[in-house]
Amino acid sequence: MSNLIKDDYRTRVTMETFSFLPELTADEIYDQIVYIINQGWTPALEHDKPENSADHYWGMWKLPFFGMRDPNLFLNEIEECRQAYPDHLIRVVGYDSYTQCQGHNFVVYRPRGM
Amino acid sequence: MSTQTFDAGVQDYQLTYWTPDYTPLDTDLLACFKVIPQEGISREEAAAAVAAESSTGTWTTVWTDLLSDMEYYKGRAYRIEDVPGDKAAFYTFIAYPLDLFEEGSVVNVLTSLVGNVFGFKAIRALRLEDIRFPVAFVKTCNGPPSGIQVERDKLNKYGRPMLGCTIKPKLGLSAKNYGRAVYECLRGGLDLTKDDENINSQPFQRWQDRFEFVANAVDKATIDTGERKGHYLNVTSGDVEQMMKRAEFAKELGQPIIMHDFLTAGFTANTTLAKWCRDNGMLLHIHRAMHAVIDRNPNHGIHFRVLVKCLRLSGGDHLHTGTVVGKLEGDRASTLGFVDLLREDFIAEDRSRGIFFDQDWASMPGIFAVASGGIHVWHMPALLNIFGDDSVLQFGGGTQGHPAGNAAGAAANRVALEACVKARNEGRDLEREGNDILRDAARHSPELAVALDTWKEIKFEFDTVDKLDG
Repeated sequence: MSNLIKDDYRTRVTMETFSFLPELTADEIYDQIVYIINQGWTPALEHDKPENSADHYWGMWKLPFFGMRDPNLFLNEIEECRQAYPDHLIRVVGYDSYTQCQGHNFVVYRPRGM
Repeated sequence: MSTQTFDAGVQDYQLTYWTPDYTPLDTDLLACFKVIPQEGISREEAAAAVAAESSTGTWTTVWTDLLSDMEYYKGRAYRIEDVPGDKAAFYTFIAYPLDLFEEGSVVNVLTSLVGNVFGFKAIRALRLEDIRFPVAFVKTCNGPPSGIQVERDKLNKYGRPMLGCTIKPKLGLSAKNYGRAVYECLRGGLDLTKDDENINSQPFQRWQDRFEFVANAVDKATIDTGERKGHYLNVTSGDVEQMMKRAEFAKELGQPIIMHDFLTAGFTANTTLAKWCRDNGMLLHIHRAMHAVIDRNPNHGIHFRVLVKCLRLSGGDHLHTGTVVGKLEGDRASTLGFVDLLREDFIAEDRSRGIFFDQDWASMPGIFAVASGGIHVWHMPALLNIFGDDSVLQFGGGTQGHPAGNAAGAAANRVALEACVKARNEGRDLEREGNDILRDAARHSPELAVALDTWKEIKFEFDTVDKLDG
């Protein structure tokens, strides 16, 4: 992940929250889904072509998963989305209906070469 | 039919303004003052004097009092309490009828409540501790131009605090070199950079030049990283026309955010600017130079929590709050109290955090708390724990003092922040395990490893001068 090579810092295209950490493992994603659900937020998935990554709106995978309590079901959705759109970026969103904002948002899948 | 007669002369204030049986109305504006009276003056008389001098009273009776319904318009001292740990002082609670204040004008409220009364001879020292603004008044104010939720949506920043930094040296850089420093910070991973509050439009760097070079830096960093970036362009200036000219130019350049110093420039200028920002979709960062002159003395002045409330009414999307852990003053419980006043919709009375009244903001947007000054990566776990997600953490020296420069310093802070957020979400205890979390994160980030080595030993441990009473 290092961008610092012999004191030279290379600029990198990043995707906001958690972009500066090593790619999350399935267990680590699981923990973040648990966090979203425990906050009372609704988990959702979005995906789009890498060239559209700066847009506010990405494609939505199905509807947000209202009422979903089992993180494993959500991990299955990520896998299903990845198979349907293998060349798309995929991000997890946690919708907070109290603040009417997103409580969490991080990319979980980058197509090969990104 | 009037039964009153005019009786010229000096009357005790308490006959009119001390009303211990009064039950405040929901529409009353309530204030709590800490009072130290001159010797020989009773608490009741001193409290009544404060109520009188901050509302309808003057030192002698005048016949024109009888042309008005004084019972309707007067301020009322309705409660007196001991100050824990200070026998010389007491708290008085005063209720003011809403009609004493012009709609939408915090200026008018302050002119009344902290006007002549603060120089009043019968009072040795006086401090405005808190104000309860009634919903009926709150609803006449514009408030923050965007607020936390809208700013997150515009800047696409979710699930974490934002990272910023003030460009240094704070004075003396040319506009082009200054823009370079901005670009380096933003390409390395900061979300926002900031003009120093002292930067206005000096001979070494005129404002148009700074705005143009900085806009180029922000736009290029946005394209290079794919993330939304911003720089608080300081529009504070010597007159309001000039301030507006600078704000308009920032918008013309397509920049998302400007900044203003609300106390040195004044509430009238601030409210005008905040309304313009609302109308023009601009975010507004607020600096607080001069606040310590007003709020640091525990016996005289205005507590910062009052200035926080006034700013929320006047308008701003960010406000500096101190860091608790850095080089600047700030008691933890008290800071958490006014951070809630900035961000939450309803804040209940809580004396352990210095909050004297329930405050209902009636859906007025919340403001990001800005922690800035003398902080570095080792403070990150504590800062995240104290300030939570709805904050901007600003590491000036902690970014630009990195041995490999601003970009590497920015990346170090970003790695540290994200590692702490991830760990918190996993249920780990940030203040206990913070150092381990940072060391683990540094294993995949040489930028962070170098930063951890650079700042390990720095500590700021001075006593807080303004502590909560008791």
